[in-house]
Amino acid sequence: MTARGHVAISCKKLRKQFVLRHTRSMKEAVVWLVKGRKGDLSKKFMALTDVSLEVQQGETVALLGLNGSGKSTLLKLISGVLQPDGGTVHTRGRVAGLIEVGAGFHHDLSGRDNVYLNGAILGMTEKQIDDMFDSIVEFSEIGEFIDTEVKFYSSGMYLRLAFSIAVHTDPEVFLIDEILAVGDEPFQRKCIAKIKELSDKGKTLFVVSHDLDLVSTVCERGILLEHGEVIMDGEVHEVVAELRSRTAA
Amino acid sequence: MAGTTEELIRPGQGRGLLDVYDHRFLLKLLVRKEIKVRYRGSVLGLLWSYVKPLMQFLIYFVALGIFLNLQRGTPNYAIYLFAGIVLVNFFTESLGNATRSIVDNRDLIRKIYLPRELFPVATVWVSAAHFLPQLVVLIGACLIAGWTPTALQLAAAVLAFVLVSVLATGLGLLFSAANVYFRDSENIVDMILMVVTWASPVLYVWTMVKDVMGPWYWLYQLNPMTVAVEIFHWAFWFPTLNEDQLELASMPPDLMTVWLPVAFLISIAVLFVGQLAFRRSAVHFAQEL
Repeated sequence: MTARGHVAISCKKLRKQFVLRHTRSMKEAVVWLVKGRKGDLSKKFMALTDVSLEVQQGETVALLGLNGSGKSTLLKLISGVLQPDGGTVHTRGRVAGLIEVGAGFHHDLSGRDNVYLNGAILGMTEKQIDDMFDSIVEFSEIGEFIDTEVKFYSSGMYLRLAFSIAVHTDPEVFLIDEILAVGDEPFQRKCIAKIKELSDKGKTLFVVSHDLDLVSTVCERGILLEHGEVIMDGEVHEVVAELRSRTAA
Repeated sequence: MAGTTEELIRPGQGRGLLDVYDHRFLLKLLVRKEIKVRYRGSVLGLLWSYVKPLMQFLIYFVALGIFLNLQRGTPNYAIYLFAGIVLVNFFTESLGNATRSIVDNRDLIRKIYLPRELFPVATVWVSAAHFLPQLVVLIGACLIAGWTPTALQLAAAVLAFVLVSVLATGLGLLFSAANVYFRDSENIVDMILMVVTWASPVLYVWTMVKDVMGPWYWLYQLNPMTVAVEIFHWAFWFPTLNEDQLELASMPPDLMTVWLPVAFLISIAVLFVGQLAFRRSAVHFAQEL
């Protein structure tokens, strides 16, 4: 199993700036150039300013903060979806994001086809999916509906299948963004149990959630972000308490 | 777990088209998905891919070949036309869909890191799958007309197909990336596709262009699509002609020795430029979409 003591995620002086462009047409861009570049075609917005952090293998980290504090941006930088404007990100081993489960689902395909498609999107090989297939279906409780097109699924079934694929991808580092609110309560408990099982196996978990009670049961360490900066990094209960006191004030 | 021995890597650093090869299982699934989705809920399913080109061929045969009597100047005109049309169809479908591929898959690209080259490349493969039934219809028509190709002609046809695939992939990479920033690209591509049908000898014969352009004819011949279409004519149309008819038909000089290598060089250059531009802009796809 994965040993502790190795760095799984390392971020150094991360900076990410978003450019909010107003235009999507060449005409406006040309007019802007002709007019001597007057005014601004775009608005700039700093999502992350100077974020440095290290996560060891096997750690379970909760990323906390209010809306717009840069949590999802940080997660996307770690998964490689976004590239930083300054600083560096390094990761070790396969990183899989449980980011918005079901992003790769296609409504007109059967559950079975979607398991293969989504599994491959999340980085599984054909053999891994073949081996895991029964376990994925069993965990999702979809049963005989696996050969039905997913557009006929209830929203709960849909999320359960998507979550089930995601937890079976077996990467070294899991990035989890706001997806623990999956399905009804029994299934949610099952998901949390599964996530705890993963962390017991020595997987690195990096969780973003607004459900503070939940993250404090799943994670050990908390990192608090505000306006794109790390303002606190420590034991999860203390960080949660700090966030609560800040929002109450 | 191999986790401890693996190196620290920087996420999201792609190796371009090489990554597509590593992800060929996913590529296969993406292609299969497109094909499945296209014929969902239809009774005849894939059969439609055969019925439509067959109908198209019959229309050309009757309306252009017999009614307009183009058969007189160009023997077996329907086969001449169809050989060019199937190749142009493949090109237009590939490039048109590849251009839209990144924007259409924005939900995935914004959330999960994948080699983004997968999407344009997958559309070219899907188009190739739709090209096959058309090829079957073409070969069927050729066989009825007494087709006897040489091995060299068949090999040339395969090369011409590869040539068009490379060109479509290169342009597809270029325009799919541009489309993220400026949605005007779709319209530019639509225009290019309109021109392509007429900028290669699909409906007319190359000698007509040569008569008009004279010493500048080589410019026309620089278009890789022109070369590919001419090779398809040589492979599919030529072997259906009898000796009297062959006197009416001719191929451009140096087609295989000069123009095919030149067309390949141009297409590979386009692929190279397309990949370069795609890689440079792919870094920003997630935030621009």
